[in-house]
Amino acid sequence: MIRPIIFAVILASLFSSAFAQDWIRTGTGLGVEKVRIAVPDFKAATQDPKNTDLLRVFNDTLFSDLENAGIFDVVSKSFYPLGPIGTPADVKFEGWSGPPANAAMLAFGNLGVTGSNMTVQGWLYDVKNVASPQVLGKQYGDAPTADAARLTAHKFADEIIFRLGGGIQGIAESTIVFVSSRTGKKEIWEMDYDGNNQHQVTHLGSISLSPRFSPDGSRIAFSSLTKSGWDILMYSLELDRMVAFPRFGGTNVSPAWAPDGTKIAFSSSRSGDPEIYVAEAAGTNLKRITSFKGPDVSPTWNRKTGAQIAWVSGRSGLPQIYMSEADGTNAQRFTEEGYAVSPSWSPNGQFLTFSWIRHYGPGAPGAQDIYLMDIASKQWVQLTHDGGRNDSPCWSPDGRHIVFQSNRSGTEQIWTMLADGTAQKPVTASGRNSQPNWSWK
Amino acid sequence: MRFLQRRLPFRAAADERRLTCAARLGTHPHGGEVKLKLKWISLILALSAVIMLSACKKKVAPPPPPPPPPPAAPTASLTANPNAIDKGQSSTLNWETSNATDVSIDGVGAVRPTGSQSVTPPESTTYTLTAKGPGGTQQATARVTVNAPPPPPTASSATEEELFSQNVKDIYFDYDKSDVRGDQQSSLQSDVAFLRQHPNIGVTVEGHCDERGSTEYNLALGDSRASAVRNALVQGGVAGDHVKTISYGKERPFCTESNEQCWQQNRRGHFVYQK
Repeated sequence: MIRPIIFAVILASLFSSAFAQDWIRTGTGLGVEKVRIAVPDFKAATQDPKNTDLLRVFNDTLFSDLENAGIFDVVSKSFYPLGPIGTPADVKFEGWSGPPANAAMLAFGNLGVTGSNMTVQGWLYDVKNVASPQVLGKQYGDAPTADAARLTAHKFADEIIFRLGGGIQGIAESTIVFVSSRTGKKEIWEMDYDGNNQHQVTHLGSISLSPRFSPDGSRIAFSSLTKSGWDILMYSLELDRMVAFPRFGGTNVSPAWAPDGTKIAFSSSRSGDPEIYVAEAAGTNLKRITSFKGPDVSPTWNRKTGAQIAWVSGRSGLPQIYMSEADGTNAQRFTEEGYAVSPSWSPNGQFLTFSWIRHYGPGAPGAQDIYLMDIASKQWVQLTHDGGRNDSPCWSPDGRHIVFQSNRSGTEQIWTMLADGTAQKPVTASGRNSQPNWSWK
Repeated sequence: MRFLQRRLPFRAAADERRLTCAARLGTHPHGGEVKLKLKWISLILALSAVIMLSACKKKVAPPPPPPPPPPAAPTASLTANPNAIDKGQSSTLNWETSNATDVSIDGVGAVRPTGSQSVTPPESTTYTLTAKGPGGTQQATARVTVNAPPPPPTASSATEEELFSQNVKDIYFDYDKSDVRGDQQSSLQSDVAFLRQHPNIGVTVEGHCDERGSTEYNLALGDSRASAVRNALVQGGVAGDHVKTISYGKERPFCTESNEQCWQQNRRGHFVYQK
């Protein structure tokens, strides 16, 4: 009991000023004093009738992207000075920097459709620096469609996040692949990070599981039940079709890409017992890196170095997380108790997030929650507390967010949260959805 | 029927046109009133009659030219006696044709214009005789029904499958375990005994898990369970190449409630009969 209490204290400081420097350096920016930013609705720049709908999509997307980013305190719109603002000439600094808005930053601009073109101008102003306020000025051109308006908002949001978030790329343009059974069969689906634009990727009519983006985003590796059993399959997002990957025999599941995209680790029972194997990205040069009776499954690479692998092993009874060098040497047990599965290594290499029934056994609550563990110290923090089974956590590319599955709402759905456990919200609602995997950029 | 309905309006329209032409002919305005101009009028009448007739001509079918005497069409008849047999028995096909140069029976081949032949079809068969001649083609059919014998060969494998489902028992596992526990040994022994007595039977052992834990870990655990059952069968003397394994993890539960009774149902090695 002592350690969790001590760690709770450490954790409290982790997300506040004492460890703030550490969090900045390690790349999440969470826990730092948040930048107070105002995001007034963009103004129509032309008289085109399409402007109204496109502006609604653009403004909603930009506002929610900045709110979701985890590094901003977005000023409530009710505090904004009156009057539309579309160009630098409209900015009245005192109204934004003074009470009640008290904004440090102001993101504003305009959108206008002319014929078949949509033009967006966006600025980011440091409203307390009246002499030289401009931090960012961008112009975008695209087709006048809702999808293009949403994408443009994501791009502008990512520019702002990049400038104000310590030089880390935002996630507004990232996507999530997941398993959905909404068609009656478990297929691979893809969506924008905020749950928009959900679309089916595979149409195999079997059971497809464990989708994993390649680091360059060109492919999805996953496992599927085929005529010969469970095989690792490969889908090319560039060619929009399945591409070849070898069949190894036995049960082949849970693929994981090395961060440089040259290798894939997965679990195979081709030798009779489920073990972790590593192959080249094309499936060649297969090497077994574990050899111990009991299931070995769910590998994840150190995303910063690619030099270590963590995975789940049942060799000692209930599944625990183990770690070794990428060639399988120096294997060590990482979790000490309970039932620990589904590890995902953070982009900065410092943390694991995984699903844990920490006190498993008679009389224990047996809740399955998402945890974050510092690899060097093995100190952990519990990120979900709201009941249900929470599983399959995966980091966002900026390391500030975690996507996971939870059945706390009654059905299994995809949820996102900040990596400190705040801002938990569902991003899917239709059918049953599970095993999310966030794109690498 | 739909074809006929669609065609009917066309035919009605054609009839209507024909009637209209006839009416115009009968009520010609100059019908012989002025005798002085009789000649003139009769010329006009004749002319308009020609015009009207030519307009209507297409609707009146011309008398067909007398057809050349066609070559006589072939005739054909085919009977089977008896037309219902037990499997393995034979039936006799009798056929007669005329005006045919080329006679064949499907499944039998080319035959003489008139004849008979004994056939022993393995299953109910419809024989079609085709008689071709200069006057055309004529077909005749006869069906021989084969009654399934009381113990047909296919029924023996159905019985084998029934025996399989009566005798082969699934193996149940403890939570998160893939070793065959003590109380499952008797099931395992009877499974081994049955499969050794029926060496021609193939079997797939499906490894299943309860809903707790991750999808991926349960697929690996289900694989371990299926392998544990297979290994026990092989150690007991069952031929290894007759036993396949597949893991379903927690993807295809037998029971979907969240309680231990249901979970125990789902933690099993399930035997599936393979021919």
